[in-house]
Amino acid sequence: MNKFVWPLIIFVALVGLLAVGLNLNPREVPSPLIGKPAPAFDLPQLANPEARFTPKEMQGRVWLLNVWASWCVSCREEHPVLIEYAQKGALPPLVGLNYKDKREDGLRWLKRYGDPYLVTAFDADGRVGIDYGVYGVPETYLIDKAGVIRFKQIGPITPEALEKKILPLIKELEK
Amino acid sequence: MKPLMAVLTALALLSGALAKEAVPLAEDPAVEQRMVKITEELRCLVCQNESLAGSQADLAKDLREEVRGLIRAGKSDEEVKEFLVSRYGDFVLYRPQVKPVTYLLWGGPFLLLILGIIALVRYLRRRNRQLPDTPLSAEERARIEALLKDHRP
Repeated sequence: MNKFVWPLIIFVALVGLLAVGLNLNPREVPSPLIGKPAPAFDLPQLANPEARFTPKEMQGRVWLLNVWASWCVSCREEHPVLIEYAQKGALPPLVGLNYKDKREDGLRWLKRYGDPYLVTAFDADGRVGIDYGVYGVPETYLIDKAGVIRFKQIGPITPEALEKKILPLIKELEK
Repeated sequence: MKPLMAVLTALALLSGALAKEAVPLAEDPAVEQRMVKITEELRCLVCQNESLAGSQADLAKDLREEVRGLIRAGKSDEEVKEFLVSRYGDFVLYRPQVKPVTYLLWGGPFLLLILGIIALVRYLRRRNRQLPDTPLSAEERARIEALLKDHRP
């Protein structure tokens, strides 16, 4: 009997390890920017090329920066969720970052699917996206009053992610 | 004769101008070479099994351009890598740095090897101990002697 105990333990440990490994999502790479100040930028607004937006304007508030593009398929999945929660008043100020898009495409997209954003910054060449470590749109950053990134959602925001993680964290940060 | 010469001269000039247009492909071979050397060691986050050098993803193209810019700005290879790691995390490095978080990653295989050797040695020792000592009887010895004698030329 003793003979089989160790192989069994090793087998169970290996199965456990593989089970954890298989359930991790390799798309979700932890961002090194969590806990760091949100990179500064100064971009034209999507709707109004003359006006600018910079994260400094949001200092003292908890806010969300949502990276989206009209060519991004998952953004279409995410958008109704953002609109629903914004209409409920559950979201803090939501700023859009229109990433590597054409201005007219971005504007048409907002007209067609609705605009939950306080303002949308227009990042045509994706330089700001690189500073934020964007690699798969949509991505959303939760930034606190001091301008520090506290959470990053990679991929579409789901009601589940909002209820379980993002909204509780926002409540915590707004205290 | 004169018009022909004029046409030929014009053609020659034109071909020179056309030839120049193909140049920007690799403006600066030194920069290009260093860019490729660095990005081959980096993972493209869009298609994770490709290097940044080989990926055709849009982001990879942008990042290669970014790396070219950094090289032109006189940054060292390490500084270029640091630029990308600070934005995308250690995951972009195909060769992770040796630091406390990665000790297990680097040392793990050797640890397993040592554990395996210890287990093997223990197993062999125990098996040797368990084998019953069975000396040959006088009769068996005599048979062996006979067989060996038989076989000698």
